[in-house]
Amino acid sequence: MAAWRALMKEAWERSVVFTQFLCFLHVFSNHVCQVHQCLGPSMLPTFNIAGDILLLEHLSVKFEKVRSGDVVMARSPVNPRLMVCKRVLGLEGDRVTVLPTTSKGQIRHVVVPKGHVWLQGDNIYNSTDSRHYGPVPYALIQGKVCYRIWPLEGWGPVVNRSP
Amino acid sequence: MSTPYVLLGLLRKFVKGAAVGVAAGITVADRFGSVVRLSGRSMQPTFNPEDTGFPSKDIVVVEKFCLRTFAFNRGDVVAFRSPQDPKEYLVKRLIALQEDWVTVPGTYEILQIPKGHCWVEGDNVDVSLDSKEFGPIPLALMRGRVVHVVWPPERFGPVENKYPTGRVFSGKDGR
Repeated sequence: MAAWRALMKEAWERSVVFTQFLCFLHVFSNHVCQVHQCLGPSMLPTFNIAGDILLLEHLSVKFEKVRSGDVVMARSPVNPRLMVCKRVLGLEGDRVTVLPTTSKGQIRHVVVPKGHVWLQGDNIYNSTDSRHYGPVPYALIQGKVCYRIWPLEGWGPVVNRSP
Repeated sequence: MSTPYVLLGLLRKFVKGAAVGVAAGITVADRFGSVVRLSGRSMQPTFNPEDTGFPSKDIVVVEKFCLRTFAFNRGDVVAFRSPQDPKEYLVKRLIALQEDWVTVPGTYEILQIPKGHCWVEGDNVDVSLDSKEFGPIPLALMRGRVVHVVWPPERFGPVENKYPTGRVFSGKDGR
């Protein structure tokens, strides 16, 4: 009986420690820093199609330090379960020149409305972005991409490239 | 052991406990649900029914399980981040889901909700800042579903799901 009780006590203590670890992990990965994969052709030539592994940082989004030219990951406005990786081309109040997405389209000038940002992929020929769904609410931005981890030859910080 | 060491030990214990408490609190609030206080008159008579500028603020439970699948129903009361100000959180009633047709209040216009978007409105149509101001909003802005009133005690109970019939015509995604 005493052995059983000691076992239960140990199990309880271990599970408390494990839960605490999970809580700290959640806080760190959701509010500070996270590793994320970016799939698809829209960010060529900055990132590969095959899925680069990126370091995502949440603090500058939280404190609204995102600037024009930063690469961010955001929830897609057309599918809330999907994350997209794009470059911010304009903050609220900025004037953005939009190149047409079809051969018949014309060049437009858009003023980004209040609380929104203009997102666009680096690969302008194959990217579904603000040119299709318009400016995106700032609140959809999940994090700023600050470092590229994989592939190893591309290891290094992801720089701000102003348009 | 001398007094400074005892104090240092106590301080260390306290800081550790506080850190664990904060981490656990944030985790529960992000993943399971939280209790928040609502201000404003836009959801009268569901919340703050006799608010006349006097601070009579309802306290409600917001559940976050719905954020795993983003499966919302028409008529749910939802909490979301304002599309116009990322720091602001709003609570409104979800009226229409993607590909539904909805009549815009005050006009004769009927519009279709784009993919991944929804239409939200306050129960108090006259004062509410909602989709008739900023249009359909992305479902990805959702931060939870308001399920229960806990304060004041005389209105303690679940929040009922209701939506105006006759104004919404369900589209392909009829759930």
